[in-house]
Amino acid sequence: MTDRNPYLELKRISKRYGGIAALSEVDFSVYAGEIQAVLGENGAGKSTLIKIASGVTDPTEGEVLIEGRPVRFRNPTEAMRAGVVCVFQELSLLPELTVADNLSIVDPPKWGGMIDAGAQRDRARALLKRVGCEDVHPLELVRDLPLSRRQMVEIAKALGRDPRILILDEATSALTADDVERVYAIIRELKASGVGILYVSHRMREIEALADTATVFRNGRRIETFRKGDRSVDAIIEMMIGREVTHQYPDKPAPRPDAPVALKAANLSWGREIQDVSFDLKRGEIVGLGGLDGQGQRELLLGLFGVLKGVSGSIAVDGKPIALNGPRKAMRAPLPMALIPEDRKTEGLMLPMSVRDNMTLAALPRLLGRFGIDSDKENAAVNGMLERLRVKTPDLDAPVSALSGGNQQKVVLAKWLMTAPGIILLNDPTRGIDVGTKQEIYRLMRELANQGAAILFYSTDYAELIGCCDRVLVIYDGRIRRELAGEALNERNLLQSALNIDGAEKAA
Amino acid sequence: MSGGTMSNGRYWIAHNAGVLTAVVLFAVMFTLYVSNHSAGLTPAVATTAANKAVLLALVAMAQTLPVLTRGLDLSVGMVFVMTNCIASAIVVGSVGEGLLGVVAVLAIGALAGFVNGAIVVWGRLQPIITTLATGAVYYGIALFIRPSPGGDVQSDIADLLTGQLFGTVPAALVVLLGVVLVIWIPYRRSVLGRAAYAVGSNEQAAYMSGVPVQRAKLLAYTLAGLLAAVGGLMLTFNTYSGEASAPIAGAYTLNSIAAVVIGGTSLFGGWGSAIGSIFGAFVLRTIEDLLFVFDLPPLWQPLFQGVVLLVAVSLGAFRILRVRNRLELFT
Amino acid sequence: MTGVDTGATRGPSLAGRLGVDRSVAIAFGCILLILAAGALYSPAFLSPEYLLQQLQVGAFLGIIASGAMMVILLGHIDLSIPWVVTLGAMMATAMVGWGGAAGVWLCIPFGVLCGALVGTLNGFGVAYLRLPSMIFTLGMNAVVQGLMVLHTGGFAPQDQATRAMHFLAVQRSLFGIPNALFVWALVGLVVIYVLKRTAFGRAVYAVGNRESAAYLSGVSTNRVLIGCFAFSGAMAAFAGVLLAGYSNKAYQNMGDAYLLPAIAAVVLGGTNILGGRGNYLGTIAGVILITLLQSILSVMQMPEAGRQVIYGCVIILMLLIYGRGAKARS
Repeated sequence: MTDRNPYLELKRISKRYGGIAALSEVDFSVYAGEIQAVLGENGAGKSTLIKIASGVTDPTEGEVLIEGRPVRFRNPTEAMRAGVVCVFQELSLLPELTVADNLSIVDPPKWGGMIDAGAQRDRARALLKRVGCEDVHPLELVRDLPLSRRQMVEIAKALGRDPRILILDEATSALTADDVERVYAIIRELKASGVGILYVSHRMREIEALADTATVFRNGRRIETFRKGDRSVDAIIEMMIGREVTHQYPDKPAPRPDAPVALKAANLSWGREIQDVSFDLKRGEIVGLGGLDGQGQRELLLGLFGVLKGVSGSIAVDGKPIALNGPRKAMRAPLPMALIPEDRKTEGLMLPMSVRDNMTLAALPRLLGRFGIDSDKENAAVNGMLERLRVKTPDLDAPVSALSGGNQQKVVLAKWLMTAPGIILLNDPTRGIDVGTKQEIYRLMRELANQGAAILFYSTDYAELIGCCDRVLVIYDGRIRRELAGEALNERNLLQSALNIDGAEKAA
Repeated sequence: MSGGTMSNGRYWIAHNAGVLTAVVLFAVMFTLYVSNHSAGLTPAVATTAANKAVLLALVAMAQTLPVLTRGLDLSVGMVFVMTNCIASAIVVGSVGEGLLGVVAVLAIGALAGFVNGAIVVWGRLQPIITTLATGAVYYGIALFIRPSPGGDVQSDIADLLTGQLFGTVPAALVVLLGVVLVIWIPYRRSVLGRAAYAVGSNEQAAYMSGVPVQRAKLLAYTLAGLLAAVGGLMLTFNTYSGEASAPIAGAYTLNSIAAVVIGGTSLFGGWGSAIGSIFGAFVLRTIEDLLFVFDLPPLWQPLFQGVVLLVAVSLGAFRILRVRNRLELFT
Repeated sequence: MTGVDTGATRGPSLAGRLGVDRSVAIAFGCILLILAAGALYSPAFLSPEYLLQQLQVGAFLGIIASGAMMVILLGHIDLSIPWVVTLGAMMATAMVGWGGAAGVWLCIPFGVLCGALVGTLNGFGVAYLRLPSMIFTLGMNAVVQGLMVLHTGGFAPQDQATRAMHFLAVQRSLFGIPNALFVWALVGLVVIYVLKRTAFGRAVYAVGNRESAAYLSGVSTNRVLIGCFAFSGAMAAFAGVLLAGYSNKAYQNMGDAYLLPAIAAVVLGGTNILGGRGNYLGTIAGVILITLLQSILSVMQMPEAGRQVIYGCVIILMLLIYGRGAKARS
């Protein structure tokens, strides 16, 4: 049974960044021996909540209490000393240091005032064993580990701090199914020994499997806390997005098998990530890339855009072969190509620069007059895009960092639409975006396709793939395992193909 | 299962590849030098070479620490010269007084380093421009103490530390070894020393992990000043005078950066070792000596040295051959 | 309805814009302070003749700082400035003798071209070899030094500056304003135009802010890098040519005194040393500030020791006022 006095309590917490309120008057409690899930769209305030609870940042208003006593964490170390340990989404591991160093980065075992490397290695082995990662050597550098192993090391590190409250922020996103089960087991063990768990995830199934209670956040406010089973999935989603779940996806036109081929890929290979991939992308269609995370979908998009070195195979645009040696070449193809990249903050935008500068960067050659950049042309183009995409910004010269995630993504889209592309590659464009903007992006994609563009769309959200795409290529281990279209394009088939357990094609 | 000492050793070699390369490079070049030197490897030859090389080695060690934190100290050469001038004024008199003077000079060097660290940590200014400006201040102080070259130094201490021990081993090398054992090794294995690597590797992750970021940086810059002061003292013991020479200060600063790079330390932080920097400094010094031994016309020497420096730092370009995803080229 | 959301945050955007302008305003404010302090010390300080003389000397620094600024905007640094300055001077004066009859006309472009060549090599090392600019330009500086030692044979060079160089550097043609100032103004106008009005200028800011995003947007980042380094080399050499005109000949180490002041001028003018932010107006303010600072110190007959200390302290002080980074805890 849970102790009814919370171990960690946040009272009337507000957090403002400049003019934006990330959290508004939130009351939140975490109890020992209980697993609480935290749900909400990106931008709902979950990561801010975690940052405050784990001591990374201070609240603008409100109190944090540990066992009823008000505390102020001046840094993450103080939070850890109070028993609040967090497994961060962005990973707090040091890449150039060894696993052993990372696991004992604070308060390492010492001998004569200096770090005892041997004892540290032993401690590392014990922790690695606890998370089932005995194959990782303590002296291995974190940067040489694959992402899934790094996540397990991050969890091991948190366990090593003997938490009273463990916060897991999307801690299983890159893990294999086996590792996920192991993590569940660890979490249940901790719960049994009286540790309170805060679990942030987007995966409903995980929450159903683990959580005792769940709390939904929306727009920086706590909407409701309820015991598992008290609310239906639909009701939960409604709480998360704040309105009734409606038909979100634009209608799909009838398939046109005789449409001209915009992009023809033949036998593309790149290391182990892309293996002998061949497909056709026709004008007017939206083709999705499906499958589990990390099967080569992102690499495929980068490769098509010319960013990867040493891609073998060939690509023909509008019937003419092109060389894959850089984005400029791709943009100058017979049908101009565009890539909406994976991480808009580091690959899509220059955050300190203005909305105007960001939007016009790819299309500058079109905006030149006799004496350089023609500001009339430029303003007309930018204002046109602002209207068309309904971008919310204080003004054209505001730094793009001041915009919300959804509007930032719209600026990225606007940038590429200005180049009038014929082939559009999208790398998980709706990640971290609010629902309203997502729907606008779906509509935009269909609009562009109807106008003749060819769209290749990678998403980690199966519902999106099913709702938006005319057909989906399911990728597994760098190869196209199956193509799904029409009636066959449903969640069950997608999952089975993604896990390589199709009825028709068992894994070799 | 993870092995015992054997696989640990394999990892040790992998982690120290850069340092080992510098050591091998130095060994090869020094052998070349000695075999072509008219006198061969006599204690006198070794001592002269060591006295010169240890100076740069100490300044290179000083530079290593801020570089580990992904910073830079452009004032090391100035602290080197400043402590040289101060030493020429106060490390005088009896042996006891001289030793007191030594302690004072070391303290001043550490203070200069601490000021650098304080401005970087609490002032939140970038290290490059901070140390560029403080370098001017330290040079000014040097100039104030020694408007023109002069001064003196306690001769007993000086002779001891620039001569030979047991008639064979250059004392300068023993001093260097002492510095490594007393300062570098304990630092490397201390919590704050490892924290410096953590800060250079990923400062944000280090902060979130609870690493004492501020103290790590402060200590790194302070020790840099201290090590530069040791270098300044040795310079005084060698020249028996103090000179506020801007060209020398500048040359030592720049060569210290080159030595750090040749020694396998990454300018992006989180990776490297002061021992690598020592051998990087030795390599640089041996190049100069090699030019002399091979009778390269003096007029060609600066050009040759420059080209060698350029080629040495260009070796880092080999990493781009392994890059498969062009996005990795951008830091 | 163009999607302007008046309810959205104004804080960061205003501060963002003010951030750059604020530092420029402070820099100009400090210029006034120094002028006032100088006037207190000696009324002759404010005489137009004296000020023009200072600006004339400042023009050389200004030209070097223009080149340095372009590289710093990229997030890089050009440490080969000292010997490229000397290179420009020596090559230009030497060309007089090499080029025969045409030599007199060729010497200035030749000097600048030599600097541009070195700059291009720097750009190549940074763009294609992906070496840190600090260490590569350092090495290049040493190579150029070696070349110049070879060229002069270790002696002070005997070549004389041409009348044209002298004309540009020393003479006053219009309204008694030194020609050197017009030259600087011209360079400045070119830089302002490129940064504000051309695609290349936009690309410079883009690369300085986030090279990966610029690359993925189709910017030829390698060309931008090489272009800016070439410009920096050309400007350093050009300043060297003018300096040779000023003193009528070239001499060893003539560029050493310009590296730190050039970087300081750029940074004091509000350009972020990490790249991506800055405007030329600030660099102008920074150059004038540094020049006046150096002159007031010499008017006070402050010994070199004191000058260095004050110099360093002023830079730190000013940066503490407006050049600080963000706190770790937001």
